[in-house]
Amino acid sequence: MIGNPEAAVGGPTTVPALAPEQAVALPGVWRLGLGRGGVELKAFFRDKMAVAFIFGLPAILLVLLGSIFGHQAAARGVTVGQLFTAGMIAGGIMATSFQYLAIGIANERETGMLKRLSGTPMPPVAYFMGKVIQVMVCTVAETVLLMAVGVVFYHLHLPASPGRWLTFAWVFLLGTAASSLLGIAASSLPRSAASAAPVISLPFTVLQFISGVYVPFNDVPGWMRDVASFFPLKWMGQGMRSVFLPEHAAALEPAGTWEHGHIALVLAAWIVAGLVLCMRTFRWQSHQ
Amino acid sequence: MNTDTAVMVRDLRKSYPDVTAVDGIDLDIARGEVFALLGPNGAGKTTTVEILEGFRQRDRGTVAVLGHDPAHGGRAWRARIGIVLQLASAGPELTVLEMVRHFASFYPCPREPEEAIELVGLTDKARSRIASLSGGLTRRLDVALGIVGRPELLFLDEPTTGFDPEARRQFWELIRGLRTDGTTILLTTHYLDEAEALADRIAIIASGRIVASGDPASLGGRATADVHVSWDEPGAPGRTTEKTPTPTRLVTELTARFGGEVPGLTVTRPSLEDIYLDLITEGRS
Repeated sequence: MIGNPEAAVGGPTTVPALAPEQAVALPGVWRLGLGRGGVELKAFFRDKMAVAFIFGLPAILLVLLGSIFGHQAAARGVTVGQLFTAGMIAGGIMATSFQYLAIGIANERETGMLKRLSGTPMPPVAYFMGKVIQVMVCTVAETVLLMAVGVVFYHLHLPASPGRWLTFAWVFLLGTAASSLLGIAASSLPRSAASAAPVISLPFTVLQFISGVYVPFNDVPGWMRDVASFFPLKWMGQGMRSVFLPEHAAALEPAGTWEHGHIALVLAAWIVAGLVLCMRTFRWQSHQ
Repeated sequence: MNTDTAVMVRDLRKSYPDVTAVDGIDLDIARGEVFALLGPNGAGKTTTVEILEGFRQRDRGTVAVLGHDPAHGGRAWRARIGIVLQLASAGPELTVLEMVRHFASFYPCPREPEEAIELVGLTDKARSRIASLSGGLTRRLDVALGIVGRPELLFLDEPTTGFDPEARRQFWELIRGLRTDGTTILLTTHYLDEAEALADRIAIIASGRIVASGDPASLGGRATADVHVSWDEPGAPGRTTEKTPTPTRLVTELTARFGGEVPGLTVTRPSLEDIYLDLITEGRS
């Protein structure tokens, strides 16, 4: 070995008997997961389309909707701005988790990036760790941005009690987890990189309308509310309203209460269903 | 398991619902060898290579790649092979250097990312975004990602498709350099001149079977096949051509008959292309 002083002194060098696979340890899973997360974040924030349509759009819509429907007081001391901020936080969480993962992974699969990664010694778990890191950072940033818009434009009062922040934390975490798993599962639906964005974004936009993100949930026709009740977004929005709206606003909910137990149950059920769907459908290669 | 063998395949079979893609293939690739798999589209080349790479499951047969069954190859096995895949041009928003450095981090004993980039001639573009690269330069990045892990065995599936002639020559030099370093290389290609220039041995695959294998000079009986001797016979229209297993004797006779120079004399052995076309035509029938 060049530059090895012992080799020069000790005469002929002996080649180590170890096979190359044993000679050097493989890089650790945590290090690789963190590395994936760094690369994912870099790619996300450099991607103008992702930043504009996934990250920026909910904030833009919140400003627009709030301005158009303005400060007109809704029934019993709830401003439409507060209502929209809570709903748009739920929509924003689903945008940075469900929508971005579904489109992003579909793209990676159809361009061959997933196949290429699976041909390296990168452990699959590191890939998903990278996604978790990317989604958590983007979703927290998205939520902070939307709260800031609510505070600045619509006099949103951030909750003062620890109990409300606790509710915020579990709704945020369960909602992000359920949406992320659904996003990974939905990434198998588009059949080409070009179709990924429309195939995912169209149903997602419809879901936001019927789940009370773009219009107050009370204004949504009953049958649409029933459809929305099957999906996690309606429950995420309801949870966020319970965090950001005054207590008496619970009377405006269809059930007349915040239904925290129902929210947790539905989101947990979607986490289980999403996990099963992911494990059954995730492919590293395109169908072609 | 013989440690001098990089790839060992016995009676490999793979069927899809409507077609038998691989119909009983045997292969042996020695360590340090450059082995080319030639064949028309749909002959079973890609299926065979993807089974060896661990991307596809086989139906039947025995396969050992660096001593391991690729169907159960773990991370340690993956660290020893390199796969050059074609990435569609719309990659992530990363620079060439960032991407190569990221891939290097997966391996226990990688090349320096800058070195891998230098080897494929992308140093000028190291800080460019992947999306800004032309098709040919993207292919070079593909190769850099395949070799950055310092593989013992490198899979190259039609690596020079879309290269201009100069880039192809540079790529050939790169392959020769990797071979000198002891890397075993399995290459599939459409280009017969590429196989002839690079490969120590060639196998021709048609309809899921190996129809010939050997070194490029003697493949398919090329060294012993009839030779075409042509010349301009005075008075006869066009060229006169004779196929003969003994060209030296014929030329000697002609020399005697013409009393010296034979007008327009050419002596040609069948090209690799002639042999190839004959073989795949036979293989199909």
